[in-house]
Amino acid sequence: MADEQHTSEELTPWDIVQLARHPQRPHTLDYIRGLCEDFVELRGDRRFGDDRALLGGIGRFNGQSVVVLGHQKGSNTKENIQHNFGSPRPEGYRKALRLMQHAEKFGFPVLAFIDTPGADPSMGSEERGIGEAIAANLVVMAELDVPIVTTVIGEGGSGGALAIGVADRLLMLQYAIYSVASPEASAAILWRDASKAPDAAKAMKITAPDLHQLQIVDEIIPEPAGGAHLDTAATIAAVGASIQRHLDELQVLPGRELRQRRYEKYRSIGLVQQAQTIVLSTTEAP
Amino acid sequence: MKDFLRRTPRYFTANRKTEQQIPEDLWHKCSGCGDLIPSKQFQDNAKVCPRCTHHERLSADEWVSYLLDLDSWQEHDADLAPVDALGFVSPKDNYAKKLETLREQTHRPDAAICGVGAIGEVPLALCVSDFAFMGGSMGAVVGEKVARSAERAAELGMPLLTINASGGARMHEGMLSLMQMAKVSVALARLGEARQPHISLLLDNCYGGVTASYASSADIIIAEPRAHVGFAGPRVIEQTIRQKLPADFQTAEFLLEHGMIDVVASRAELKSVLARVLGLYTDKPRTEGRFAGHANGVQSYIRGV
Repeated sequence: MADEQHTSEELTPWDIVQLARHPQRPHTLDYIRGLCEDFVELRGDRRFGDDRALLGGIGRFNGQSVVVLGHQKGSNTKENIQHNFGSPRPEGYRKALRLMQHAEKFGFPVLAFIDTPGADPSMGSEERGIGEAIAANLVVMAELDVPIVTTVIGEGGSGGALAIGVADRLLMLQYAIYSVASPEASAAILWRDASKAPDAAKAMKITAPDLHQLQIVDEIIPEPAGGAHLDTAATIAAVGASIQRHLDELQVLPGRELRQRRYEKYRSIGLVQQAQTIVLSTTEAP
Repeated sequence: MKDFLRRTPRYFTANRKTEQQIPEDLWHKCSGCGDLIPSKQFQDNAKVCPRCTHHERLSADEWVSYLLDLDSWQEHDADLAPVDALGFVSPKDNYAKKLETLREQTHRPDAAICGVGAIGEVPLALCVSDFAFMGGSMGAVVGEKVARSAERAAELGMPLLTINASGGARMHEGMLSLMQMAKVSVALARLGEARQPHISLLLDNCYGGVTASYASSADIIIAEPRAHVGFAGPRVIEQTIRQKLPADFQTAEFLLEHGMIDVVASRAELKSVLARVLGLYTDKPRTEGRFAGHANGVQSYIRGV
């Protein structure tokens, strides 16, 4: 791959999108296998079904019991069909919700891995309330009493990613992306032309350094030269070390303090200004 | 005679001085059934077509005038204005310029207004999105207004009503707009701790990041008839599944049937539904007099806009 000799400064945002989506890139299950002992997958949302696009369970991370969950993409077409290309249906988010509440009940930290093009756009998902499923997770994560560390390992797309991403710490691999909608969808929404995705990738500031600068991402985890797929083991080890470092900082805090800091972190995101010229309400009684 | 039939200002301006809200055009063409309705009748009917009951979109200001008790509205945070934090420019788009143009056109800095008021004498915090401003999309200002409204409601011990018509997150603010979904959620969690209800009114149409955050995490969800509400837009779903969607897909009635909302309320009954609901969360018993100011509500709502 020609990119291998280049540093990240020379890669365009669109190049980084390709790296973030590389099929050989380590996916959530690779991290779970690499970082957790005694992992037991917990399946199903206890409401309707089990979604293979969002997996989770309990395991031992550096000796400590944790709840792990993440979007799962495949490395080939067959796996991708099995995992719905990493696009969860409502059942996936409701399973995640169940697992997060499970974590709180037993005092386990939550480790989440983001790797999705977005939530599943289908009739069934709409019928079963995909919007509500995501919305419910956001509020529950705001109030969770245990540490949440989320890592963007590949592609983070839209509310479908954020639904497991309201975290105490948001970590991001060097060549991962995180955006309000996939570059293709953004281009389609903005300019009704999905082929302008490279323009959207550039304009929308979706790379790890951009998001670090916007103070959305807390830490960028460096990848091996050329990308995570070229040295999977080293990438997974680096992610594990970074997660542990953040957990160490978070676990000394009581639940109430965690919640308060999480509140402050998200409450302060987004710039607004007090306008000089105040536009008064036009609805005042005559 | 011919002169009289020609609708020249000469014959019609006299009345207009007292009734300033009547638009230039005396007839309104219903975008539901295509029928012509006298503008006055249409306005008096809260912009609902008397023939096909199509609910025409109201502006944020019109919602405030229509729903709230007379003189109860106090706008807050009117001066919050957006920042082009990404420096969003592309070959086809310039966010900063777009904001400037829209501010001139709409006399608003962004796509929502918020404040406090009362419905049926029950005080509440209110945040209304304005679809006319970039499709009511949620950037940092809309997120901030929803969050402040939730916190204001928690602090003052009153319910929160959000009125939601939005295309979703605002693309031009990138991840900062996605993060507004988290921001409003942490603020709404505070409202929940204060044991005050959040009532979400869904209008045509409401999609994306707004549906997937505060509009759907409310304690009570009400929708206007035939309002289209969903996460993914119908165009995206059709492209994905490569077939036409059923006619009622993602309508309020469809959501009601699938257990996603509590009530479908027509605009005419909305005020009494809201007053009844709000009354149940306050200690004050409902009295006859409380609705005195509302008897002519539907007829008089457009006054003062």
